[in-house]
Amino acid sequence: MTAVSQANNQLQQVSAAAIDTQSSEFLVFSLGEEEYAVDILKVQEIRGYENVTRIANAPDFIKGVTNLRGVIVPIVDLRIKFHLDKVEYGGQTVVIVVNVAERVVGIVVDGVSDVMTLSPDQIKPAPEFGVALSSDYLSGLGSLDDRMLVLVDIDKLLTSEEMALVDRTAK
Amino acid sequence: MDITEFYETFFEEAEELLGDMERHLLELDVDDPDPEQLNAIFRAAHSIKGGAGTFGFLVLQETTHILENLLDHTRRGELTLRRDIVDTFLEAKDMLHDQLDAYRNSAEPDPEAFERICAILKQLALDELGKSMGGEGAAASSAPAAAKPEPEPEPEPVREEDTASADGEAGEGALCVALLDVNDKDRSLLVEELGQLGKILDQRGDAKRYEVILESGVSTDDIEAVMCFVIEPEQIQISSVGAPPATTEPAAAKTAPVAAKKEETPPPAEKQAVSTAPAPAEQAKSAADKPAKPPAKAQGTKNKAGGESSLRVPVDKVDQIINLVGELIITQSMLDQTASEFDGVTHSALHNGLNLLQRNARDLQEAVMSIRMMPMDYVFSRFPRLVRDLAAKLDKDVELVTEGKSTELDKSLIERIIDPLTHLVRNSLDHGIESPDKREAAGKPRTGKLTLSAQHQGGNILIEVIDDGAGLNRKKLLAKAESNGLAVSDSMSDDEVWQLIFAPGFSTAEKVSDVSGRGVGMDVVKRNIQSMGGHVEIVSREGQGTTTRIVLPLTLAILDGMSIKVGDEVFILPLGAVLESLQPNEDDLYSMAGNDLLLKVRDEYLPVIALHQVLDVQNARTKLTECIVVIVQGEGRRYALVVDDLVGQQQVVVKNLETNYRKVPGISAATILGDGSVALILDIADLHRLSRRKAPRRNNDHQPQLVQEVLPS
Repeated sequence: MTAVSQANNQLQQVSAAAIDTQSSEFLVFSLGEEEYAVDILKVQEIRGYENVTRIANAPDFIKGVTNLRGVIVPIVDLRIKFHLDKVEYGGQTVVIVVNVAERVVGIVVDGVSDVMTLSPDQIKPAPEFGVALSSDYLSGLGSLDDRMLVLVDIDKLLTSEEMALVDRTAK
Repeated sequence: MDITEFYETFFEEAEELLGDMERHLLELDVDDPDPEQLNAIFRAAHSIKGGAGTFGFLVLQETTHILENLLDHTRRGELTLRRDIVDTFLEAKDMLHDQLDAYRNSAEPDPEAFERICAILKQLALDELGKSMGGEGAAASSAPAAAKPEPEPEPEPVREEDTASADGEAGEGALCVALLDVNDKDRSLLVEELGQLGKILDQRGDAKRYEVILESGVSTDDIEAVMCFVIEPEQIQISSVGAPPATTEPAAAKTAPVAAKKEETPPPAEKQAVSTAPAPAEQAKSAADKPAKPPAKAQGTKNKAGGESSLRVPVDKVDQIINLVGELIITQSMLDQTASEFDGVTHSALHNGLNLLQRNARDLQEAVMSIRMMPMDYVFSRFPRLVRDLAAKLDKDVELVTEGKSTELDKSLIERIIDPLTHLVRNSLDHGIESPDKREAAGKPRTGKLTLSAQHQGGNILIEVIDDGAGLNRKKLLAKAESNGLAVSDSMSDDEVWQLIFAPGFSTAEKVSDVSGRGVGMDVVKRNIQSMGGHVEIVSREGQGTTTRIVLPLTLAILDGMSIKVGDEVFILPLGAVLESLQPNEDDLYSMAGNDLLLKVRDEYLPVIALHQVLDVQNARTKLTECIVVIVQGEGRRYALVVDDLVGQQQVVVKNLETNYRKVPGISAATILGDGSVALILDIADLHRLSRRKAPRRNNDHQPQLVQEVLPS
């Protein structure tokens, strides 16, 4: 749980910090050895992984639904979606609760490391390949010294057909 | 402050008032009208006019104004009601509704329609009133004319109303009627009108101010009312000329019953405060037949007359409270669960406190739920008009009886039941009830009877549409079904035959009318009602009538559930779908086609559906005789659902899964259990479909695959 409180602290610090209009801030999270980042404005909160009720006949990366203060929120495990080898649930496993398309969705990641400010020149276009993760769902690659952050367009990813989170017919 | 903020309030209120007006008009006994009803109708028109004026809805104001004047005369008995007059009023009411809708959609109402209705009403006014004014004018005012000294009316129209309301009655004496800014044509018309009301002693002036000295027994109110058909109220000033001094008891002079309220007319300054008890102010105002613009606020915040004070609150606010209370209940049961681990003796204070909390929380929940409840009258009240119009169109005599108007139902359900019910009523009138001649030939009274009733039955509400018409024709239905390609046989039970009319595209009407008979209705009715968690039944006897019975849950927000356990997972079964539960005997289980199982329960073979198979639950018991089967029924299908354990019965707060996720096959919604975890609520009918879809797959491969594609929902 320490990871969660740490990350939440960081979130608060960041929101207090002055915001540069040119650059944008990203929440960096890890999936296995890889580092990913999402637009911090999409993030609602970070919480531990617990009490998830399985949903039958759903894709395997949809772990189920959980109770977020009275709201039923689906939980997606990005590690399964991105075909990572090692999928474990432990004290460090963290759920990032994001707001996309007027919905609240939780995504399971291996850990949240920090919040980064990236200026436009630090963001490189995403390459046109990607089998597990189509470049459609990337907003770019962030380069920071020797680190590479995969910037995920969480809106597009979570509302995409293959995530099966949104009922097309019901919309 | 932006006045547009109040538009919505006005629209809602006006709509309600129009509804009232219609109801009263329909109930009105033309030969012997109830003065209270006439007053109520008048008040409704008056309030709408006031509001329309305040918000600048001129067309609406104008139309109501004319209608109001007519109504006022009716109220005073100066205009004798006839059925066609009531029809005209009803038509005008419809027109007002159209205008209201137009304004609501930020559009201007249809000017032609407006012109037309104004012309009709004006004509009616001139025809009827001219007659009665001339002939009965004296009678109308022959009540002890205890006139008050007429003070100089103040120029402000707002005030004028109040002064006038205090001394609406003019005595026998000369009146000076001043017409301001009236053109020649209107003036000559008006003078002529005035001439019918009394004796014109003198007339002088110019277009700017034309004064007519009139000797008449007619009250200033009446004079104004007549002239207001032609010119604006602001253009009239009436004062008495050398009127004899009179008593200061206006009440005695009034023939209309509202008169008693006159003394209570508050000074304008108090208007605002009085709006909590609107009835007297309202009536006093109506007594003053001045079409002046009433003070905006008093009108805007006013409730409909009746003395009950109520509050208008947006539905989402109420929903929010209901949600919060739901949370409170969950938190409370979480506390309960935690506290149960403490020793009852040493922590008795805690336990007592929690018990109290539980009781209070339940009471609170009940109270909050009742906010959303609305009486069925809201639905039923729209049928008298429909039945009246439809019966006239179809040349049938129909008497409508409504029972259980005060039965309460959740607002969201109330709104959704209107359409299906309208359809059923139309059907009953069109297909059910026969023409008077046919009825007579069949030895029935010429007037058909249509009954709408609502009542509570356990946790459900039962709504019935009963007609004493011809009933459903079994032979005709079967023949029709056959020609439609439906699988039927003569041995079908009556119930099954009646269910045929719910098939899509089914109609037995010989000819399609604009009332019904296109055959698109009943399947929609059934679908609508099922989507509300209810079902429809039909009872029919040929020659005696048809009863359509709709059973609905009281609310959608709370569900009586039975929690069951499969493997490590807990699910909720809607209690309404559960018929019984039992532990199956090996002897009662029969296999069919190798894979399908049937369970024999009291000479009935029910398909067995194992929940753990349909929902891929791990670690579930597989030996059927160790499991519990719950006999469930959904959408007319009955089957045996295999579960591991029954946990208990509880009320659960229904949470929509689709808010953040999507529709899940076999699952209707979710809820939050006492420990804070989410449990899914099973959809009995959909579970059956899901099981059938999954069945072929199970045959090929017993291993439950990780389903990559999502099943079509």
